[in-house]
Amino acid sequence: MFRFANPARFMRFSAAILPWCAGATALLLAAGLVLALFVSPPDYQQGEAVRIMYVHVPAAYLASLAYAVVAVASAVSLIWRHPLADIAAQEAAPLGAGFTLICLISGSLWGEPMWGTWWVWDARLTSVLVLFFLYLGYIALVHAFDDPTRGARAGAILALVGVVNLPIIKFSVDWWSTLHQPESIFRLGGPTIAAAMLWPLAVMALGFTLFFVTLLLVRMRSRLLAAKIRALRLVG
Amino acid sequence: MKRQRRRLLYVVTGLVLLGGAAAIVLSVLSDNLVFFYSPTDLATQQIPDGRPLRIGGLVADGSVHRSADGKSTTFDVTDKVHHVQIIYSGPLPDLFREGQGVVIEGVREANGTIMASTVLAKHDERYMPPEVVDALKRAGRWQESAAAAR
Repeated sequence: MFRFANPARFMRFSAAILPWCAGATALLLAAGLVLALFVSPPDYQQGEAVRIMYVHVPAAYLASLAYAVVAVASAVSLIWRHPLADIAAQEAAPLGAGFTLICLISGSLWGEPMWGTWWVWDARLTSVLVLFFLYLGYIALVHAFDDPTRGARAGAILALVGVVNLPIIKFSVDWWSTLHQPESIFRLGGPTIAAAMLWPLAVMALGFTLFFVTLLLVRMRSRLLAAKIRALRLVG
Repeated sequence: MKRQRRRLLYVVTGLVLLGGAAAIVLSVLSDNLVFFYSPTDLATQQIPDGRPLRIGGLVADGSVHRSADGKSTTFDVTDKVHHVQIIYSGPLPDLFREGQGVVIEGVREANGTIMASTVLAKHDERYMPPEVVDALKRAGRWQESAAAAR
């Protein structure tokens, strides 16, 4: 597990896979956007507005996935004190906050014409807003200490506490009556999205995931390089 | 190694306690986290009149009537067991139609009618092209797919 956690090895490994990730991201997002905006059919109720889903759903999924990355990396950092885990958690958090914001804004733009409101305080929308504030709180807490290791430890604990929110987001639409529609994809009895819409959505979701991986690798590499430059300056 | 074991134990114990606490809080709060009541809740539970509340259900078939001046709309919201009458004046959302899921914000009058201040359309979790819906309806399987989605 820690074979790639050695910073020097991580630099070599990430340099090797980064171009592939970036290339695949560009291809998948380009193909996904063409499929979503031009090839996929309009919805029987929503008409063309359904196309917002192809951005909203992948962004929502990555908002949660990025938080899971922050939380797992935080646990590894707390238990095994691995410096690379701290860097992974801290560099994933702003990306997750970005995806959460995209999810909230695209959802709002869809809600106005479809539901008749930009925002309601139902369980799904509120729990995702809480996720956004958790990200912001984590980022602020990490930087609130003069000693970076103390900041990292405080942030890691907050990240683990916030993990409670992930199942709440996922199951909010089943546990409580919400205005937000229930799960369409990962549900018992199979998806309730027509195949002609599910495929473009899958391509977009994969593209978003690789986009996240690419950005995370770039951010972690720059962070490690910046630390190296600082160390060299101190020696010189 | 022993230190790491202990820290692993701390983190796991902490998460289990936290999860338990969250589960308790959520199950206690569950009645207050409901975004809307169903017409059956309204008929069977003690819900005080004169306070703003939300009702969710389907717009009953054949119940939508617009007033002569075109300003207000009356319709029934049903959950197939009970139904309540809604009076609303204002613009309706695009998805509003008979058989559609809606959430109404309003105040219940003494006679049980709801004076609505907002009507929100609720979208279900089915996403389909219009041709597929037509095909399902032609084959007589539209209701079946609606039931499967509930």
